[in-house]
Amino acid sequence: MKYLEAIGKYFIMIWEVFKKPTKWRIMKTLILKEIDELIYGAMGIIIFISFFIGGVVTIQTALNLTNPLLPKSLIGFAARQSVILEFAPTFTSIIMAGKVGSYITSSIGTMRVTEQIDALEVMGVNSLNYLVFPKIIATMLYPFAVAISMFVGILGGWVAAVFGGFAPSGDFIQGLQMDFDPYHVTYAFIKSVVFAFVIATVPSYHGFYMTGGALEVGKASTTSFVWTSVVIIILNYVLTQLLLG
Amino acid sequence: MIEIENIHKSFGDNHVLKGISTVFETGKTNLIIGQSGSGKTVFMKCLLGLFEPDEGQICYNGQYYSKLSTKERRNLRQEMGMVFQGSALFDSMTVEGNVMFPLDMFTNQSQSEKQDRVDFVLKRVNLVDAHKRYPAEISGGMQKRVAIARAIVMNPKYLFCDEPNSGLDPKTAILIDNLIQEITQEYDITTVINTHDMNSVMEIGEKIIFLKNGIKEWEGTNNEIFKTDNKAVTDFVYSSELFKKVRQMYMEERN
Repeated sequence: MKYLEAIGKYFIMIWEVFKKPTKWRIMKTLILKEIDELIYGAMGIIIFISFFIGGVVTIQTALNLTNPLLPKSLIGFAARQSVILEFAPTFTSIIMAGKVGSYITSSIGTMRVTEQIDALEVMGVNSLNYLVFPKIIATMLYPFAVAISMFVGILGGWVAAVFGGFAPSGDFIQGLQMDFDPYHVTYAFIKSVVFAFVIATVPSYHGFYMTGGALEVGKASTTSFVWTSVVIIILNYVLTQLLLG
Repeated sequence: MIEIENIHKSFGDNHVLKGISTVFETGKTNLIIGQSGSGKTVFMKCLLGLFEPDEGQICYNGQYYSKLSTKERRNLRQEMGMVFQGSALFDSMTVEGNVMFPLDMFTNQSQSEKQDRVDFVLKRVNLVDAHKRYPAEISGGMQKRVAIARAIVMNPKYLFCDEPNSGLDPKTAILIDNLIQEITQEYDITTVINTHDMNSVMEIGEKIIFLKNGIKEWEGTNNEIFKTDNKAVTDFVYSSELFKKVRQMYMEERN
């Protein structure tokens, strides 16, 4: 029952976010600030993790392809499929749920604890629109981050394959080009837009409706990470079934 | 003027406000006092429109809040200024940004007009050199002044203050009290202050209501509070030896 109530409250929050918009002149500044915080600020960790995970996927694939009859190009093929279909959109989203989601919950939660949200409400500002809407718009640029993650992940795979001696560069690149279906990239981008919405709204919900003091802000951040991850994993299953099944 | 007619508010089984009626007059500093848990904060949040009373009416200069549309309620809120207990300044903005925020949100004034207004109100609260500083870089007393400046920048008709001098030293607390009283009279605002501070009660309590367990136990002025025989009020107000002596001296002087 408690979960049903929370789900209902979440959707009411989403409805409120789009009501009574803040002036565009102010909103524009807020959106640019959020793009800087949520997308540009997360690029470093995305690039770092993508590069090394791409390398690890390649090494593990290479170590499991022990049959000499299997062509080395399969290493590139497997790395490409893993990175584009799952790693870049889903794994990166889980990382973003930790980094960006915690930031969103703690920043909104701190505003709640210090009565800054009450101050907005008393002034007649739609606090949900003012705080959450710019985050939703900013995270809609998340597919760009995912595209970079795909590129860097595959680059990491190529470096690991070539410099680790697992496959020659030509074979790896041939594997990357083998049976390429552009729809897989579209599928990844669709997933990343949905996950971006979740990353912006679920942590906002946990921050906005939190009660208590500074300790509860920390607890709310942890809870928000858990629930954002759970929702992403469930939606990943549903979207995969719908789009590829 | 704010007229409150028999308001009730409950949270589940907890009946917090049990039929409070009173009138807060324009141009006066109206104080709400009472022990922790007496319902002061809930009462103030009802006045601010943050909580909807379960029963009863609140009337702002002839407008019944419950009869207003959502848009009218938002417009009414723009006529309210609020000074929160912890100041509630936006950490990410400078002092100037905080004070300018309501002007940015609700007016179409040019940048120079807004700047002039911000300079004026900051000067009014005796803060002339803190424009570019962030809330974390200024003292608690200065934060309170910024909060007052932000609350009055839109020329509100109603000013609400939740424990405006909590956490301040006695001298700064008196300065803040005096500032609120001066502003109330100067701009003819209906000011409602939620306080525990007995100095405030004695100094600026032009109208005082005392809440106990969600009921209005007593109402009067700072002069009348000296004379009252209401035990709940005297137990609360004269709980310290100092205030007991002050009252005794006052009564002896009168007799």
